[in-house]
Amino acid sequence: MAILVGHDTRLLVQGITGSAGTFHSKQMLEYGTKVVGGVTPGRGGQKFEGSVPVFDTVAEAVEQTGANATCIFVPPPFAADAILEAIDAGVEVVVAITEGVPVADMVRVRRVLDAQDKSRLIGPNCPGIITPGACKIGIMPGHIHREGRVGVVSRSGTLTYEAVGQLTALDIGQSTCVGIGGDPVNGTDFIDVLRLFNEDDSTIGVVLIGEIGGSAEELAADYIKKHMDKPVAGFIAGTTAPPGKRMGHAGAIISGGKGTASEKIRALEEAGVKVAPTPSDMGTTIQAML
Amino acid sequence: MNVHEYQAKGIYRKHGIPVPKGIAAFTVDEAEKAAEKLIAETGSQTVVVKAQIHAGGRGKAGGVKVVKGVDGAKAAAAELLGKTLITHQTGPDGKKVQRLLVEQGIAIARELYLALVVDRDSRRVAIMASSEGGVDIEEVAAKTPEKILKVFIDPAVGLQAYQARQLAFGLGLEKQAQKEFASLLSKLTKCFVEEDCSLTEVNPLIVTRDGHVMALDAKLNLDDNAAFRHPEREELRDLAEEHPTETEAKAAGLSYIQLDGDIGCMVNGAGLAMSTMDIIKHYGGEPANFLDVGGGADEEAVTKAFKIILRSEEVKGIFVNIFGGIMKCDIIANGVVAATKELGLDVPVVVRLQGTNVEKGRAILEASELKVTPVATMAEGARMIVGLVRGE
Repeated sequence: MAILVGHDTRLLVQGITGSAGTFHSKQMLEYGTKVVGGVTPGRGGQKFEGSVPVFDTVAEAVEQTGANATCIFVPPPFAADAILEAIDAGVEVVVAITEGVPVADMVRVRRVLDAQDKSRLIGPNCPGIITPGACKIGIMPGHIHREGRVGVVSRSGTLTYEAVGQLTALDIGQSTCVGIGGDPVNGTDFIDVLRLFNEDDSTIGVVLIGEIGGSAEELAADYIKKHMDKPVAGFIAGTTAPPGKRMGHAGAIISGGKGTASEKIRALEEAGVKVAPTPSDMGTTIQAML
Repeated sequence: MNVHEYQAKGIYRKHGIPVPKGIAAFTVDEAEKAAEKLIAETGSQTVVVKAQIHAGGRGKAGGVKVVKGVDGAKAAAAELLGKTLITHQTGPDGKKVQRLLVEQGIAIARELYLALVVDRDSRRVAIMASSEGGVDIEEVAAKTPEKILKVFIDPAVGLQAYQARQLAFGLGLEKQAQKEFASLLSKLTKCFVEEDCSLTEVNPLIVTRDGHVMALDAKLNLDDNAAFRHPEREELRDLAEEHPTETEAKAAGLSYIQLDGDIGCMVNGAGLAMSTMDIIKHYGGEPANFLDVGGGADEEAVTKAFKIILRSEEVKGIFVNIFGGIMKCDIIANGVVAATKELGLDVPVVVRLQGTNVEKGRAILEASELKVTPVATMAEGARMIVGLVRGE
């Protein structure tokens, strides 16, 4: 089961001939993901690694391969265009790895996303999504994951690996791990993923990893309180971050006294989420709740 | 990226947004000449000398002087230049004033508030307006949220005339001012989009005593992600406002923020870097910095990162915490070795490597015979470095 991606996922890679696209396409193929095509405008007709066909447009690629997901490695100036092209072609799961997309571009992309219901965007500025043992879309190291029943959703990249590493070390497998990205305006949010995990029979608990900035964690807490009937463990990065300083991610900034870790932790705890006291306790916290 | 008020007003002027006549000055002499020119042009003796720092709350901190005549401006400039202003946004160390804006004095009838910001929750540009201008808007938002009017711009159609009317009526503007407000708002919205802003704040937006609407102050945050569309922006950067190490790190593609503690951190990924600070603090230590080497850094960038930490005098110990994904552990190890070869190593280093190419990375560190303590987990590493720095 799991959510969003699995054995039936047929993946395109937009920007497959670029350096990041090439490296990670190989990694995804190696993991067993069905990479059915690539898209690089002007490179149509070529073959990637001797077997994966490359197309000029996403529409053509979808028509020829029956792809239902795409992974975007296109540089920031062209990333919004790549996402819009994938939405226009009706691709169901659009995963944008690209970091550094202008926020104004994402506001426009969001408008298009909200006006349709076929495509779902994950990211941008995210590690991607993986259903262990079935399908890896993105840049996460595949080998740290294990098939299982705990869902992971996170705004951060390497901190997700940290959580997954802890789970696997405790012999707790993952149903699906979703990195929703660290940008202020993105596609799929915490609530979308929580809802999917809640409805997914194979998921028995969730680890939610947030960080300072914005109010996505507070909104997630509200959803959990009202609707979630599976245990949720949480962690919020940035308890010690000084206000007004952007902590790497475009979205990770405490401004105007809003978006602090303590507010988020309080909201989550009020919703029944057990919040790990340190990032080393994410695995054991959910373990105790299962 | 932040810009100074005078630079923001320059951008406003370019978009036809009414602002007072003003001239930037870097010295007392320049301020004097600016005042002379303004007085000659406007016929009014009233001049305002405003400290230019990247922080709000300047008025309360004594950074804005309303004076009479050229002599008044000269005295105000002499007082402000070189002075350190401490406001609620500067932190306890304050910021040194090195630039001034000399402006014509304007007779004010009403002070309003106007801001545009990318709103995360609605995923649109939000316009916020309030009749309570000139004061701390965060306080207004907390105490009397109903006094803040909001409209959201649909990116498909842009700002609509009815939205400007909603705000103008809501602010209780007279007929002439309504028209001018709508025109200003339309230009400000265009400016926001074309300049790729993440925030612009006009506090106060004023109605002058003769009924005109004007931006008396201007704050502008530009979206760094859109810098590729605006190569001209680089000229607006004021390096004096930035921490030199942060500037150096940025040039190397690293995300670095100086903090007050004594444990240097080198981490990959922003979330993990923040959590590393958190866990150091949890075990009683104080991080000296936030440093995210990112996923795509090469050995040169990692070397640079480690050198930045090694050179920092405050650093009494270093914690390297890497969970390799795109970043490979051997690149980190090579960078650490290269940096220490050049600068030596006289503080304890605790290294936690996990993920891609971890065995290679560990082998490189071992072969280097550097005095580093390998650990398996983040908690163990944090405890260890805190203990070592305290001499336990």
